Amino acid sequence: MSLSNRHLLGLSGVPKEDLQLILDTARTFREVLERPIKKVPTLQGKTVVNLFYEDSTRTRISFELAQKRLSADTINFSTSTSSVKKGETFKDTVRNIEAMKVDMIVVRHKSAGVPQYLTKISKANIINAGDGLHEHPTQGLLDMYSINERLGRLEGLKVCIVGDVAHSRVALSNIYGLKTMGAQVSVCGPSTMIPFGIEALGIKVYHKIEEALKENDVLNVIRIQLERDAGRRIPSLREYHNYFGVTTERIEKFNKDIVILHPGPINRGVELSSEVADGPYQVILDQVTNGVAVRMAVLYLLGTMHS
Amino acid sequence: MKIILKQVNLLHPEQKLNEKNDLLIEDGVIKKIGGISEAEFKEAKVYEMNGKFCSPGFFDMHVHLREPGREDEETVETGCNAAAVGGFTGVACMPNTNPDIDSAEVVRFIKEKAAKHLVDVFPVAAATLARKGEAISPMLELHEAGAVGFSDDGVAIKSAGILRNVLEYSRMIDAPVIEHCEDESLAGGAMNESFTSTLLGLQGIPNVAEDLIVIRDIMMAEFTGGRVHIAHISSKNAVDLVRQAKKKGIKVTAEVAPHHFALTDDLLKTFDTNYKMNPPLRTREDVDAMIEGLKDGTIDCIASDHAPHSIEEKEMEFIYAPNGILGLETQIGLAISELVKKKHLTLDQLVEKFAINPRKILNLPVPAIKVGEMANFTIFDPEQIWTVDITKFKSKAKNAPYDKRLLTGKAVAVINKRKMFIDDKMIEI
Repeated sequence: MSLSNRHLLGLSGVPKEDLQLILDTARTFREVLERPIKKVPTLQGKTVVNLFYEDSTRTRISFELAQKRLSADTINFSTSTSSVKKGETFKDTVRNIEAMKVDMIVVRHKSAGVPQYLTKISKANIINAGDGLHEHPTQGLLDMYSINERLGRLEGLKVCIVGDVAHSRVALSNIYGLKTMGAQVSVCGPSTMIPFGIEALGIKVYHKIEEALKENDVLNVIRIQLERDAGRRIPSLREYHNYFGVTTERIEKFNKDIVILHPGPINRGVELSSEVADGPYQVILDQVTNGVAVRMAVLYLLGTMHS
Repeated sequence: MKIILKQVNLLHPEQKLNEKNDLLIEDGVIKKIGGISEAEFKEAKVYEMNGKFCSPGFFDMHVHLREPGREDEETVETGCNAAAVGGFTGVACMPNTNPDIDSAEVVRFIKEKAAKHLVDVFPVAAATLARKGEAISPMLELHEAGAVGFSDDGVAIKSAGILRNVLEYSRMIDAPVIEHCEDESLAGGAMNESFTSTLLGLQGIPNVAEDLIVIRDIMMAEFTGGRVHIAHISSKNAVDLVRQAKKKGIKVTAEVAPHHFALTDDLLKTFDTNYKMNPPLRTREDVDAMIEGLKDGTIDCIASDHAPHSIEEKEMEFIYAPNGILGLETQIGLAISELVKKKHLTLDQLVEKFAINPRKILNLPVPAIKVGEMANFTIFDPEQIWTVDITKFKSKAKNAPYDKRLLTGKAVAVINKRKMFIDDKMIEI
């Protein structure tokens, strides 16, 4: 079994069989992570570059760990300044790195479309680790893995993405992936945070967190990203918490079976109350562990493909 | 020197002229229309035109020539060469150069650079100093030096207060104020705001950013009696606003760029930066509104917004790439393919949009096809099918999304200032 595409640019258009293969493979690696020796020789001799043009700690560490556990050689290239300011073009940077004979590039960039662009200027397998407000496919996959781990299925589930959906790269990847796997996806948030025309993707829109809780099996609560100007779209974090925050009180009143996901880092007391963030409904730290397994699966499947 | 254009279709809607005839030009002046003797045929250089069309020279009122300041991207000369190949005998160049065209000195510098070229170049000067929207530019002096319009090019004039002064002041010379209509507080996106921008995760620029400034400018034109010209109109509602304003007799005109009647924003799915421009490519609905506006006269003319960028600058991560594409060498083909061949415009209307109306807006004389007049013509073949090859562009830059595109309609030759550009050669006539 192998994937149908040698890159992972997004979850849009990825067939169900591919998603299933990644999730199944991740399960194997998840077991590896529980062993005393958490390393397999699968990608020995392969070189992976983590090309991070935007600040990221979690995703980069997760990818790096996944690479190390597969015995790949990894290199980190991180810069938060754009290539424009640095003087060297993105293309030159990539060509330089590629000249050192790398097999795979994991890329995070502020601009949507950079992973697609990379496939045109590089021969390596490209893995998108987040491009602009576009996609973050491994996050989508690890969310799907975590939901399946807790509820035993994806098909027929109702999943609602809560928060600043318009300025999230997690939302679209979740929407594409979950829909392909047969789940029903909705979004919930203040109207300034709902992207233009999202209904056309067959997505229900909620503006009341109570309704979202009541009608869904899973809430994937995403960060209010103050660094992305969220402050201009809501009057205050207090008002956001009062009207959209997920609290134990609301959960107990409207849906005690709910499963709460959050890609982190959490703004405690904003999108989640502290009690919920540490409580029984959430799978937040499982998501982190699963993230390593899912990324191992993606790296493995792409890294061992015969082109 | 004498040349004869044999069996050419003379087309001049203002003169109600549409006839196939022979045309004798001597030393750049029209000597005879028909009735040419055997002796004259022998004496002159004869060009067989076989029914190709000859109209007043086409004029592009919105090009960026990049000189002074970015001669690596385009110069007055290379831009004029591109104009000649594209079928234009005149252009108006925009003031976002470095330094800006906000002093008579820069106007004269550009005029001087173009003096010997077939293509006439008329600078559009900045409406405010350094296009900052703070102090009005020396418009009388700029006009005297040769500027034909005023614009803060790239941005709308910052406030209604300054716009008022610009419009009132420009009234003295009846020059148009050419506006890039975009509300600053809604600007900053990388593409049109639409379902497609949602799917691509790119920040959008909504139509209303354009509409707001269009309505402001229309109201200010009405209030001051000044003349506003809407540059590169792209939004459906904006076309409607201009339509209503014209009905009320407000002095407003509008141009559309070829990409805004030929392309839609779903092309951005490729993340090709050659589809990045401002105003951005919009939706099918907007494209249809552009065509409707051209048909009913709401949109007066077609102008390319020819914007050369170096490969290094354009080949970049999408959000960092600069806005704009080349247009001079492809727009006649696009207009004939998308508008004439699809029966939206007649050839008469095409000539109005390309040759007559832009000159009227800029208060420039429209070349006549009459004995005794200087020949200023575009000869074009609306049936010629050709493939765009950007490697053959005369422009220094190559940033166009049309490579390998099949187009119908092409300029065959241009004549102006006793020069003729034909078969890729510039000759004195």
